[in-house]
Order: sequence, then C-alpha cells, then structure tokens
Amino acid sequence: MSATASFDIPAIDYSAIGPILIVTGAALVGVLVEAFVPQLYRRSVQLVVTFGALLAAFAALISIRGMREIVAVGAVAIDGPTIFLQGSILVLAFIAALVIAEREVDPVGDAFAPRASALPGSVDEQAFTGLGWLQTEVWPLFLFSVGGMLLFPASTDLLTMFVALEVLSLPLYIMVGLARRRRLLSQEAALKYFVLGAFSSAFFLYGTALMYGFAGTVSLSGIADKLTATAGANSLVITGTALLAVGLLFKIGAVPFHQWTPDVYQGAPTPVTGFMAACTKVAAFGALLRVMYVALGGVRWDWRPIMYVIAALSMLVGVVFALTQTDIKRMLAYSSIAQAGFMLIGVVATSRQGLDATLVYLFAYGTATIGAFAVVSLVRDSTGEATHLSQWAGLGRKSPVLASVFALFLLGFAGIPLTSGFTAKFAVFSAGVAAGATPLVIVGVLASAIGAFFYVRVIVLMFFTEPAADSGVSVVIPSAFTTLAITITAALSLVIGVLPQFILDLANNAGIFIR
Amino acid sequence: MTTFPWLPALFVLPLVGAVVVMLLPKSAHTLAKQVGLVFSALVFAVTIVMALGFNSAKAADFQFDISVPWIPAFGVNFAMGVDGIALVLIALAVSLVPVVLLAGWDDVDGSQGSVRGYIALILVLEAAMIGVFAATDIFLFYVFFESMLIPVYFLIGRYGGPRRNYAAMKFLVYSLVGGLLMLAALIGLYVVSAQITGTGTFDFTTLAGLNIDPATQKWLFAGFFIAFAIKAPLVPFHTWLPDAAAESTPGTAVLLVGVLDKVGTFGMLRYCLELFPDASRWATPLVITLAVIGIIYGALVAIGQTDIKRLIAYTSVSHFGFIALGVFVMTSRGQSGSALYMVNHGFSTAALFLIAGFLISRRGSRLMEDFGGVQKVAPILAGTFLIAGLSSLALPGLSSFVSEFLVLVGTFERYPWVAVVATLGIVLAAVYILLMFQRIMTGPTSDVVKERVLELKGREIVAIAPLLVVIVALGFYPKPVLDVINPAITRVMHSVSATDPAPEVAPVAEGTAP
Repeated sequence: MSATASFDIPAIDYSAIGPILIVTGAALVGVLVEAFVPQLYRRSVQLVVTFGALLAAFAALISIRGMREIVAVGAVAIDGPTIFLQGSILVLAFIAALVIAEREVDPVGDAFAPRASALPGSVDEQAFTGLGWLQTEVWPLFLFSVGGMLLFPASTDLLTMFVALEVLSLPLYIMVGLARRRRLLSQEAALKYFVLGAFSSAFFLYGTALMYGFAGTVSLSGIADKLTATAGANSLVITGTALLAVGLLFKIGAVPFHQWTPDVYQGAPTPVTGFMAACTKVAAFGALLRVMYVALGGVRWDWRPIMYVIAALSMLVGVVFALTQTDIKRMLAYSSIAQAGFMLIGVVATSRQGLDATLVYLFAYGTATIGAFAVVSLVRDSTGEATHLSQWAGLGRKSPVLASVFALFLLGFAGIPLTSGFTAKFAVFSAGVAAGATPLVIVGVLASAIGAFFYVRVIVLMFFTEPAADSGVSVVIPSAFTTLAITITAALSLVIGVLPQFILDLANNAGIFIR
Repeated sequence: MTTFPWLPALFVLPLVGAVVVMLLPKSAHTLAKQVGLVFSALVFAVTIVMALGFNSAKAADFQFDISVPWIPAFGVNFAMGVDGIALVLIALAVSLVPVVLLAGWDDVDGSQGSVRGYIALILVLEAAMIGVFAATDIFLFYVFFESMLIPVYFLIGRYGGPRRNYAAMKFLVYSLVGGLLMLAALIGLYVVSAQITGTGTFDFTTLAGLNIDPATQKWLFAGFFIAFAIKAPLVPFHTWLPDAAAESTPGTAVLLVGVLDKVGTFGMLRYCLELFPDASRWATPLVITLAVIGIIYGALVAIGQTDIKRLIAYTSVSHFGFIALGVFVMTSRGQSGSALYMVNHGFSTAALFLIAGFLISRRGSRLMEDFGGVQKVAPILAGTFLIAGLSSLALPGLSSFVSEFLVLVGTFERYPWVAVVATLGIVLAAVYILLMFQRIMTGPTSDVVKERVLELKGREIVAIAPLLVVIVALGFYPKPVLDVINPAITRVMHSVSATDPAPEVAPVAEGTAP
C-alpha cells in the first residue's frame, strides 16, 4: 500500500518491465511479419525476431537484476523471485524455441500443420503440404505466450495476474492444435485444453471477485493487510482462496485438476509440449507462490492442509498412473503431474527455504523436460513420431548417445544422485522436513520409489530389450537446433546434479517476495 | 605423506580407467580387458602404498582425511577419510576387482553388450565402492550409495543370464526403496543437526557427537537401518539377492555379494550405531532376532537349492545374519568378528562364485544335477572349490572360522541362548557346502561332464590362487587385520555407550556393573 501511495502520477519505469515489453513487442512485430513478409522469407525473419527478442529480454533482465521494487503503478513486482523466474522462463523458452525451430526431422517440414485451418485429411491440406509451406504463425503466438508467462509471476494484483494468465494461455490453446501429424488428436487436445482452461480461468476470476469483496482491493499486499487487520479468515476468504487455487493448480497440473494434462501433452506437437510443460509450470508456480506467500500467508493454516493433500495426491496419482501408460508422451505427462506434487512440497513449506527449493526445482525440472520431449521428437517411424513405448525397444543399440541422454533425463526425474533432479528433490525435501511436513516428505520418498520403477522401465526398454525386427523406427539426425537444445539441457542436468552450488546461490540470492 | 590426497586419487584412478577404456575402439575386446586389468592393478598398488602409511595405533581416527566444500548451500563437503574398518574394506574391494577381471576374462565376449562397456562399468563401480567406504560426509556417502546402483544395474541387466531383466529390475527397486528411505532419514538428520547446532551439517564426526532426542533417533535409525538391511541383505529383505547373484556374471556376483552388500553391514556398524546409539540399543532385540532368523533360514533354503549360484547366494544370506548379529550384540568381540567377517566373507564368497562360474561356463548349466564326478576330470578345480567351500563353512584354520568364532563368542557373552541357536548355522553350513560338493564333484562322471568340464587354465589358477592364499593366511594369522580393525571398534563401542560384560568368574571391579 505504502509503495503504491508514493506514485502520484502514473510514472512507469519502463526498464523494470523491459523484458516483458521486449517479448510482447517482438510478438507484435511477428504479427506484422506474417502480414507483410513474403512466405519464402518469413521463417528466417521470424527466427531472427524470436531469438533476438529472447536474448534482448534476457540482457534487459540482467541489467535490472539488483532491482527490488514495485513498479508500473503497483501492478508488477520486480523482486528476486521475479528475476529468477523470468530468467528461468527466458532460458527455458530459448531452449524450447530451438526445438520448435527444428525442421529436419520430418521429411515434409516442421512439426506444425502448414495451414491449421485446412480440414485434416482434406485436399487443401495435401496441397499446402505439397507446396512445402511452413507454419510461421507459431512464432508470434510463442512470443505472446512467453510475454504472459513473464508477467504472470510478477503480478502484484489479481487482475494483472488474470490478464497475464489469459495472455499466456490463449496462444497455447492454438499452438496445441497445430500438429502436422495426428491432427485430429491435436485438435481434440486443443479444444479440451481451451474449454477446461477457460473454465479454470473463470474460477480464478470468481476468486478474485470474492477477494475483492473481502478486502476491497485486488492487490496482494492489500489482501494481506486486510487479513492481518481482521485477524483471521471468514467464508469469503476461504472460498476465494479455494477458487484462486483452483485456477492456479489447473495450470500447474496438480491433482485433482490434472485431467487435461495427458491428453494435451500427447496431442500437442511435441516441441510445444516441451515448451508448455516447462515454461507454463515455471510461470504458474511463480504465481502460486506469490499469491500464497504474499496475499494469503496470513491464512496459511487454513490452506496448508488442503495443499498437503493436493501435493500428496499429485505425487501418488502421477506415479501410479504413469506406471500404466504405454505412450511415452502420456507417461511424461503423468510424470510431470508427480513432479508438480514434489514442487508443491516447497509451496507447503511456506518458508524462505521452501521458496528457494521450489525455484531450483522449477529450473531443473524445466530443462530436463524440454530435453526429454526434444528426444521424443526424434524417435520416428514413417507415420511420424513413434511414441508407443514398445517402439522404443532397443533404442540403446541403434543410437547409444541419444538413449544415454534420455536415460540421464529419466534418472533425473527419478531423483538419482548426481543429476539435477536429485539436487532439486533434496532441496524441497529438506525444506519440507524443516517446515514440519515430514509425513509429506515420506509420501514423496515413496512416490519417488514408485516413479523410479517406470522411469527405469524405459531405460530397460531402450538398453536391454531387443528391438522388434520390422518396427521401422529410427532415430532421426536433427539439425543444429535440436542438437543444441539437447546438448544444453543434458549439460544443465549434469551440472546442476554435480556442482549445484551456483543455482542454489542464485535462488538464495533471489531472497523473498516484496510486497 | 599426509599431504598427498590418497583417497581422492584412489577414487579418480578407476574413473580415468573407465574413460580410457571407453575411448578404445569398440572391437578391441582384448585390449579393453588388458587396460581394465592394468588400471585395477594400479589401483590395488596405490592402495597398498597408502595402507603402508596407515597408522594402526590411531586406527580409530579418520586418516588420509580431506575435506573440500562441495555444496555449501546444503553444508555438504567432499570429505573422505578412512578408519581401520573402512581401510580393510577398501582393500577388499580393490583386491577383488583385478581378480574378477582376470577370472572373468571370457565371461563377456561382446555378444550381449560391448566388452569395453563391461570393463568400464566395473571400473566405475570400483570408484563408487572406494568412495562409499571412504566418505566421511554422510551426503557424499549417500551419493555413492545410490550411484553404485547404476553400474550394477547395467552389469546385471546387460551382461547377465536369461532372466537378467527381471533380476536387474528387482535389484534396483529394492535398493531404491531402501535408498530413498535413507534419503528421508538423511534429510531429517540434517534438519535435526541444524536445530541443534544452528547450521546443518553432514559431517560424520560432528553428527556422531550430537545428542539427538531418542524419539527422533528411532525414526532416523529406521530410515538408515532399512536401507542397510536391504543392502546387506537381512531376512526379510533378502529376496532380490538370489536373483541378482544368479543372473549376473560371476564377476558381477562377486562384487555384488562380496563387496557391495558389505556396505549394508558397514553402514550398520558405522552409521546406525554411532549416529543413533539410543535407537540402536532400542532396536537390538529386533535386529538380533532378524539376524538369527536369517542365519537359520538362509542356511535351510541354501540346502534346498538346485542352482549353484542361488545356493551360494543363500549361504551369503546366512552369513550376513552372522555379521549383523555380531554388530548388534554390542560387544567388542562380536563387532571385531563382524568387521573381520566382512573381509573374510568377501574373499571366500569370491572364490566360491568364481569357481562356480568356471564350472557353469564349462558345462553350460547352473544346475547341480548336471554335474557329478568333476573331481576325477578336474582335480585342481575340485580342490580349490573344496577349500573355498570349507572356508565358507568356517573350518578351523581357514579365515571365516576366526570371524565366526569371534561373533559367536561375542554373542555368548551377552546372549548365550542366541549364540546357541546361531551355532546351528555352522552345522547347517556344513550340510549345504558338503552336499553341494558331493553332488558336483563326486560320484560317477557323465560323458558330458568328461567332455566339457576341463581342468583350470593357467589364467584361472592365477586368479584364484591369491584368494586361497588370503583365506589360509587370515585363517592362521588374522592379527594384522584385527589390529587395524580393533581401535575403530573401540570407538564404535564408545559411541554407542556399550561396555563388554564382565566375565562372570572374574571378580567385578566396584562400580562398573554393566
């Protein structure tokens, strides 16, 4: 409140929101490129715009790394966690963009339908494919989404947060439906994601309204002050908290709001899956942390038990359902539900340590996830990606390096020492125990053990099982884009596993949320 | 002498070897084996040089210690150091690796997985084994404890027998469940240490000096103990062992049963007892019961086996019962016996598994009924097998006898009836070993056996001979090893506040009632 009061005129420090402005600005440029640049050059121009924008935004972020202020008329908080989260989102988006830019693995083009409006299987579609057209609208959509993600965890009031939520979600709904292969599955996934996503947004908005009814303001610090003043919760706060949490937990993919995850992860073009699995989770966790720590810290004794249950359910449901999957993308989807559960331990801890741990976990999970989906996009047969687990048999013989890298990601998800996943798990578990959530950590440990079983099952398939004789599955040699993405993610997985001090320091220096 | 980082060097050397082996051309099978052997011999030599600099008078202290900050945010140091027990176990590990490579020269021919991969995995495993015994930071210990699983998993799953997938998976799942429970306890210990001292630490000596609330200790103890009980393995956590040992190559089985499983009993002695003394005393009746059940049950099941490797695996279940018994009777004789038993069991099981491996690869079957009369066609093979077997059944004069006797005496001092029951294990051991010998070696020689089971080759004799020499030598003169072990045992006894019961016939000094 006091911070906002000092702004008499709406003076905006544009450098503070520079990263957001650069990315959304570049997205608008991308739209113009679609309108005015000839088809032949569009892809190259869009790549320059996208990668340029991500790099420029990262540079802008570095320049404000020491800032700890509420800016933009009290709507955006640039504090340590924001900088860490925005940095993570930009790095992950950069790697994800490398995978999205790949067009060597599919003999016909990239991962996206040349014209998403053409009916699947229609003559039009064949014609567009024959022409070799590429879908370049994905780039501005991608940048809009990244822009929304950058704003989401930085918002200091619920309305800004809602706008950011929509800006990040709407382009994703479209991107999910753009797959070149298995288009019906992709479009079904897009529709599902859209309907359920809109539904959850409505929950979030309703929660905002109830919170406004309680506090007379939508600002997070205002709600916190009101909670302190009234010393406790009433039904408005409880209902409002629940509704806000539903909206945020939906984006995170926590049980019981996870139903969309497997379908959408499976149907979406694999590069997009990697992007949304990693970056959306970072942004949504950032927002969840901010709402829960800043606005609702005062009623944490009311929401912590519920979060406890949600975290435990996410871990258990995630790993148990992952056990039964036969599709690698669906398996990774359930695995990401479980991972969300692990991260929620950090949220439940409601401590500085829990915050740090969640930040580290998000980055570690994000890199491994993008890498894993990038590998998935390379294992193909004549109809596209070979995602059925049986088709992965013997991959270690055909392509030992790629299989080893994938094994590294899986071991990371399983939390084996010397991988990034272990560092992250250790951080959240110790935060959990320190905060007295030992039973939850025990659940986490058991879930890890179950999880290890199916991660290792894939390793068994790749290395110890003979490939089917006539599977026709091969590992495509990608262009430099995907190769670079996989190299970076694998290297980060190892470095964060073996020498994690730098990232722990970064998270630790991020400090706490400012109000 | 003390400035040279012996332990890190010892840890890195096999890793370098693994990298070198992987850089060789894929088809260079013999060269890969030779390079692997040279590196393992080098590691052995370095260990011997290091061990000569070990001060036995101060064997309770961690020597050659080194500590470098690794993850300051978690209070983790890359800290290594060896006391007497750790030293002899490292010595056991590094002497078995070259033996295993030499004895298993033809076990891997590139038909299942690449030879260089096999050699490299063995060397990586050797590094992890050195690390796990040398670590004095518990986080580091846990990292090695878990990362050992990966090479073993691949060694079983890639190079093993027909049911290797099943065995490798079972091994991994059991071990991971244990490891993760230990992780939870580890984190709990870290948090407790942060509450007591203000800063969380994983340093063993600091943690051992903490006064942890007994109720908390019980939980933390449970996490560590279950992990170690699975690793060791104690009944009822043992079912992975026969599968894993039977399906892996003889060399892997030796390292798995001979060394890796020792991490479990070593962990009980070093970590459970010293970190959680109250909880350890609290759990003593339960552990002793499990250990005795293990001794008898393992032996009975071993008698019923038809598969040679499974039989040897079950004998180990029985022997691990003895080791755990000795650890938890809380007498210095029992614990010395257990520590010595870890070494002796390593050598005698190694000999048994390797010679059984020679038999099995010659005959092409693991079933005892497919053999018979081997001693007529291969007397040296039969003779070495007999010595290894007799050591396993603790014949006086061979190494296991000394340790088994110490364990039983140590047990008798405090729990006479337990010792009586456990002694039955020795009788049963005679049954399963001699039955096995009788079925395989004596009787009429079938034509297949005559044709296939040839006498030991020079290489095989060279590999086995050192093991038999050690078995006999330690049987007659175990003092050098005991001298190194005993001071460390005294430290453990002190940590766990246990005193040896005074002999009943001797007059008891005033005020020292047990």
